[in-house]
Amino acid sequence: MHIHRYEKIWLWSGAVCLTLFLLIVGVSAFAMGNQPPSHMETIDPEKAVTTPPFDNPGFTKVGEKEYEAVMLAQAFTYTPSKMSVPKGSTVHFKVTSTDVVHGFEIPSTNVNMMITPGYVSEISYTFTKPGKYLILCNEYCGAGHQVMAVTLEVTA
Amino acid sequence: MIDKRDAHLSLAFLTVSFIALFIGAIAGLLQTFVRSGAIELPFSIGYYQLLTAHGVLLALIFTTFFILGFLYAGISKTMGTLYDVPRRTGWLGFVMMTFGTGLATVFILLNKATVLYTFYAPLQASPWFYIALVHVVVGSWLCAFSMWNQYYIWKSRTKNKLSPLFSYMAAMTMALWFVATLGLAATVLLQFIPWSIGWVDKIDILISRTLFWYFGHPLVYFWLLPAYMCWYVVIPKIIGGKIFSDALARLSFVLFLLFSIPVGFHHQLLEPGISHTWKFFQVVLTFMVIVPSLMTAFSMFAVFETAGRKKGARGLFGWIKVLPWKDVRFFAPMMGMLIFIPAGAGGIINASHQLNQVIHNTLWVTGHFHLTVASTVALTFFGICYWLIPYLTGRTLTPRMNKLGIIQTIMWTAGMAIMSGAMHIVGLFGAPRRTSYTTYADHSQAVDWIPYQVAMAVGGTILFLAIILLMYIAWFLAFKAPKGVVDFPVGEVEENAVSTPVILENWKLWVGICAALILIAYTVPFWHMIEHAPPGSPGYKFW
Repeated sequence: MHIHRYEKIWLWSGAVCLTLFLLIVGVSAFAMGNQPPSHMETIDPEKAVTTPPFDNPGFTKVGEKEYEAVMLAQAFTYTPSKMSVPKGSTVHFKVTSTDVVHGFEIPSTNVNMMITPGYVSEISYTFTKPGKYLILCNEYCGAGHQVMAVTLEVTA
Repeated sequence: MIDKRDAHLSLAFLTVSFIALFIGAIAGLLQTFVRSGAIELPFSIGYYQLLTAHGVLLALIFTTFFILGFLYAGISKTMGTLYDVPRRTGWLGFVMMTFGTGLATVFILLNKATVLYTFYAPLQASPWFYIALVHVVVGSWLCAFSMWNQYYIWKSRTKNKLSPLFSYMAAMTMALWFVATLGLAATVLLQFIPWSIGWVDKIDILISRTLFWYFGHPLVYFWLLPAYMCWYVVIPKIIGGKIFSDALARLSFVLFLLFSIPVGFHHQLLEPGISHTWKFFQVVLTFMVIVPSLMTAFSMFAVFETAGRKKGARGLFGWIKVLPWKDVRFFAPMMGMLIFIPAGAGGIINASHQLNQVIHNTLWVTGHFHLTVASTVALTFFGICYWLIPYLTGRTLTPRMNKLGIIQTIMWTAGMAIMSGAMHIVGLFGAPRRTSYTTYADHSQAVDWIPYQVAMAVGGTILFLAIILLMYIAWFLAFKAPKGVVDFPVGEVEENAVSTPVILENWKLWVGICAALILIAYTVPFWHMIEHAPPGSPGYKFW
């Protein structure tokens, strides 16, 4: 099919741009390991509260400046509700839901993932700046959705 | 003017779409007020109840009814009066869809279906809500069958004649809609209805989400393609130009069918249960959809420039000045096209594998689709109304209505710029979407978001006033404007454009490739979801 010369130039430059974008995204994903949270571990959502490690949700130190947060998302709160780490700590979040779908987000960080009942979601983040970090729910989960939040304090 | 009976069918669809637009707009206005903390809702109406009404009535009902009304008018114009069977099937579809719409609206207003238009399992609405939506979808299928039937009869009677561009695009749009809604129908019929009635106890959430988003992304192209039809076919005529290339216009629609369906995972980038390799594969396919959009952009500006030069414009950009800016039939869709440039760029960000992490489920996303569907598509639809309503009712677009239309377009563009701009910015700060007024116990970050939410309410107010103006214009054009004859503008193809390859009308080939792509993109991960499924979930009613 005949395509106008200018349109060929336009489409080729578009295609080159898109390929470049995809290359950057692909190298970041597969060579540097920047993948979106995609964990495959499953769990019975109705028995989540009695299944380890979620039978004992909490915040534990697992190494030098390294913490694990085992959290339950349920309408309309997160458990545990109080967490504190020193500046420069890495926190491994391991979250599941006991009821509906929730969204786990910490504004002004890249921590953002869906919490689907039946699955365990995991994400790690290193907190380099002190402050009170808000952990909120960003997926509609019912009438009290807007109050679903806890804080994580990063001390200086 | 087209046959009266066809005009009535088209007007019936437009009427329901306008009623839905008006109710949806009221819900939208109230939402911006609640979200900014300006008011609290009376009579124990819930914010999320309004949000459900807003989403269902605007994203599903207004768009689908408007599109069907527009396509029927254009098919009747370009292929001739509807044959009996297609017209009767069209009316049957209309009745089913309207019944479904009414039923769904009642159950939303009764607060029995506050599950948003994405009805995320395991939130469980009344079974009647899902049954109502089945009527809307199946009714729209009847309309699709009726349009294809018209196309088929026309083709067999005219023997190898190339189909009119508008009708080809209409048939393609309905093909995309049909293939996409199969996913929606599957989750509603096989999962939601048996589960909400109580025939089964549990629902598989990931499968329902995957089937929903299999539909949810092509849905946005179902909104966009009729706008593209206006740009490709109608606009050249209005500005006194010619269609740049019939073949390229058809090719871009083929590419939309192929690449807009197997891409749903980019809405699920942050969820567990789907491996990141498959997510990335669908991200690549998502980027392919940008190619036909680039083709459309080129064609449109080529049309503008050649039309402008024919009128004697000089210099590199002189043609811009001679475009008919004072003609609302051009001005409104043109504003839509211009807004689509930043809107499309935002879409590329959303679909970019990791960048999604920054904006997922924040107000940025809400801002994004208010630029795409609520601006680009809506402004084009408004632009269509200004000539389609008089065309169907045998009246004329008066200079005063043209002027009001220009004002309406400016208000809409300004309102959206304020509202969507605020949403984009505060979304980058992390403010969540679909959330009622909150400061999270006065957390300093959330308090800082409030001024942006106030800006959203200011934009929302301007938008609501623009809707009232639109309602007045539409009413005037339908019932009060002086009688007369306006035409359905159908552009002609440039004389020296190449002839259209026959292969573009080979439906078996394109639908076959589309099916193959869908199977490649979905079979393995879908099989994995079934094989490694966690125990399902019971229903919850948390509202």
